[in-house]
Amino acid sequence: MAKSVVLLDCWPSMFGMRVRIALAEKGIDYEYREEDLRNKSPLLLKMNPVHKKVPVLIHDNKPVCESLIAVRYIDAVWKNKFPLLPSDPYQRAQAEFWADFVDKKIFDSGRKVWASKGEDQEAGKKEFVECLKVLEGELGDKPYFGGEAFGFVDVALVPFYSWFYAYETCGKFSIEAECPKLIAWAKRCMEKESVAKSLPDQHKVYDFVLMLKQKFGLD
Amino acid sequence: MAEPVKLFGVWASPFSWRVETALKLKGVKYEFIEEDLTNKSDLLVKYNPVHKKIPVLLHKGKPICESLVILEYIDETWKGISILPEDPYERAIARFWAKFIDEKCNHALWTACWSKDNEQEKAIEEACEFLKTLETQLKGNKFFGGETIGFVDIVANFIGFWLGIIQEAVGLELLTVEKFPNLCKWIDNYVNCPVIKANLPPRDELLAYFKARQQPPTGPKY
Repeated sequence: MAKSVVLLDCWPSMFGMRVRIALAEKGIDYEYREEDLRNKSPLLLKMNPVHKKVPVLIHDNKPVCESLIAVRYIDAVWKNKFPLLPSDPYQRAQAEFWADFVDKKIFDSGRKVWASKGEDQEAGKKEFVECLKVLEGELGDKPYFGGEAFGFVDVALVPFYSWFYAYETCGKFSIEAECPKLIAWAKRCMEKESVAKSLPDQHKVYDFVLMLKQKFGLD
Repeated sequence: MAEPVKLFGVWASPFSWRVETALKLKGVKYEFIEEDLTNKSDLLVKYNPVHKKIPVLLHKGKPICESLVILEYIDETWKGISILPEDPYERAIARFWAKFIDEKCNHALWTACWSKDNEQEKAIEEACEFLKTLETQLKGNKFFGGETIGFVDIVANFIGFWLGIIQEAVGLELLTVEKFPNLCKWIDNYVNCPVIKANLPPRDELLAYFKARQQPPTGPKY
């Protein structure tokens, strides 16, 4: 590996996007390697033998797996530039709590929205919207979850924005109608170069979701 | 005078136990508030409105929720024995294994203990795969943290103590010395480690607690 920082990733992965954003925020030069998850590279299997998943951050040949763990690692190692986590332990605990909430709630309920039908889908939509509303409540009138500055919770959540069009179209609902402040927050984040260049186009994600639905007989 | 540290928990819960262990490791005095999860207190709901779960640590009147988040908070707030490694890479590795144990292993083990028939067979198979991964990770070390207990060992408490008791309560033999010699040796080191030993809930009472339940408490996080 020529560069000291390598990211094994997959373009539609919200988890990979988190790491891309963190690396961009810190201005870190790295090599991006796209993985084909139907044909995982020997490097991926070697670097993440436990889960065999992306993203994997490789720094000086040492792997860091799990997206939020990788983001925290990046924040600790490149600590002098644009801190993502607060320095105060209590504020940091709050940021970790909310990032954990995103991890536990948004992916699974979002998946039910695009991958299921009928009652299951309705239940998924309800849970998904409820969780987004809880997050919207936590955001309040702040510009970012981190307060005045973009931070850890923003990094954890904003990648899901690239999937919103897919969720809305599959689920036949409007996220903006349910959570207008959250959409305003997402658009504010998208004005940042680190976010805009790390998230794929929402329509491209939708096409990917349609392909998945067809492949797994979910349509 | 400093406001007392309070911990909302349940005596039988491995999750609030993790927090107690960390506080004791740091020599922090605290007040333990026993919650009745069938009748949650107004204070618990006030301090953890999102999940309404224990444990909740209250420090200077401010709540911290989720056991792994609380452990890191305790490590940063109070000096003394380090729970997490100093080096950022070692910390990332510790967090990885703690997450693996907390999310994958514990869930699979819990399901394996309490499910029946086909579901149980499948759950046992999955749980054994995860235990094999941990068996390899231990590599004959005394603890996951090396020579002394650390973050991963504290988080692995369900395997360290609760699993053996639940196995006895439901009549299941999952973690045997033949299949998992490293893990069994680790359990032995773990329960005999002074701060752990002094803090464990009484074995007989815990056994009776699990035997008495016709159904398991709702999910591993209770």
